[in-house]
Amino acid sequence: MIRIENIQKKFDDQVVLNGITTEFEKGKTNLIIGKSGAGKTVLLKILVGLIHPTGGKVWYGDTDFTKLNTKQRKAIRTDMGMLFQGSALFDSMTVEENVRFPLDMFTKLTLVEKKKKVNETLARVELTGSNNKYPSEVSGGMQKRVGIARAIILDPKFLFCDEPNSGLDPTTSMKIDELIRNITIENQMTTVINTHDMNSVMEIGENINLLHLGELAWVGNCNEVMTSDNKMLQDFIFASPFLQRLRDAAISQS
Amino acid sequence: MNIFFHFGRYILFMKNTIARPEKLSMYWKETTRQMINIGIGSLVIIGLVSVFIGAVTAVQFAYQLGSSSIPKYYIGYIVRDIMIIELAPTFTCLALAGKVGSNIAAELGGMRQKEQIDALEVMGVDTTAYLIMPKIFAAVVVIPMLVVLASFMGMAGGYVACTIGNLVSDAEFMQGLRAFFDPYNIWIMQVKAVVFAFLLTSVSCYQGFFVVGGSIELGKASTSAVVISNILILLADYILALLLT
Repeated sequence: MIRIENIQKKFDDQVVLNGITTEFEKGKTNLIIGKSGAGKTVLLKILVGLIHPTGGKVWYGDTDFTKLNTKQRKAIRTDMGMLFQGSALFDSMTVEENVRFPLDMFTKLTLVEKKKKVNETLARVELTGSNNKYPSEVSGGMQKRVGIARAIILDPKFLFCDEPNSGLDPTTSMKIDELIRNITIENQMTTVINTHDMNSVMEIGENINLLHLGELAWVGNCNEVMTSDNKMLQDFIFASPFLQRLRDAAISQS
Repeated sequence: MNIFFHFGRYILFMKNTIARPEKLSMYWKETTRQMINIGIGSLVIIGLVSVFIGAVTAVQFAYQLGSSSIPKYYIGYIVRDIMIIELAPTFTCLALAGKVGSNIAAELGGMRQKEQIDALEVMGVDTTAYLIMPKIFAAVVVIPMLVVLASFMGMAGGYVACTIGNLVSDAEFMQGLRAFFDPYNIWIMQVKAVVFAFLLTSVSCYQGFFVVGGSIELGKASTSAVVISNILILLADYILALLLT
């Protein structure tokens, strides 16, 4: 479990996050949602230590991540996996080399053992046979799956996903969501996903945190989204006229 | 204030590159990749530049001698010493600042923009050490070798220019190459090569690593890497000339 306490972040005089306190639960897909500029990416980067908060604490179990030095952070980071918005695959490496990189860097496995583990992981994300392709030779959806494979190859306890569905068609998005949820349940990871994809919110939102103008505006799950009367949530979820009509129809039917 | 900010950050950046590798074999693999990029990848350009510089130096010196009483074999002697002491290390590194420096800045800047550096960071890799140390180490090892090659190619260029243009006979040029040789000059050449190699790679790494923004900023960083490296190489050349001669 990850717990954050009173997280604040300022860039010069601009307050980006203001007193965020919440929990991300183990074995669940925890979502951070909100409009563009709400502070989602900043919060995610604070969670993984890429940005240092102006104030507040990030607890990984009993350890305050913000108080650790570089060496201590490294120890926790070996338990982290992250899928970046643009996948962040290394262009000069093949799919196999990308996925194998954490094994090469942090384990003493033999090459045969590493290849076996890579093949198992690629099969897990349905990419069997793509070992020798370069990132530029595979589609956006496949790049995301390579990114997921690389993120989970060391069996991390924490998985972070920054906009995993951006730039993908709805069908591929659903497959990625399903994959992330299945991996989360199988590996009992604490997964934190930063998204503004409504389908993800409704399908895999087990613990949803809505950010609005740098503040935590609502916490709940996908079942509570439809019934909540939180105005900021309603404005965000049902922003499009189509979804508004859909909601009105559902309410009138019930 | 800006220059102090960058100087301070550069010093801290260099300090952070010295760290215990997570896995030595991975660092060595990256170092050999960089050695191939810098060394093999620069052979042709360095060879060409050096041949022509040596040739031009020989022709110019022959012109300066004219019908003076200075022996003709001095052309070989001057070409050899000027290549070893000055032209091979300085021109090689100025050329490499353009080729290798801009390449390093663009590579690191691209990695920063595509969040690849962040990805390494989240994995627990010491990004400053892993991405920078192999580049600097490879440059400091390979560039002095390129400089040695450049000095030989320069002398060869001078020889060819003299023989083709009938400026001096083969025997006289070879006599000049062997005359008044001081091994200390090789030491000067190697010190210059190591210092220039460090400057051009570290400055280029710094420019690329801290890129913020889009393609325009990446282009600026790449240009700055070349310009600042060239200025620092010339400044260091002057200081080393004062200190070593």
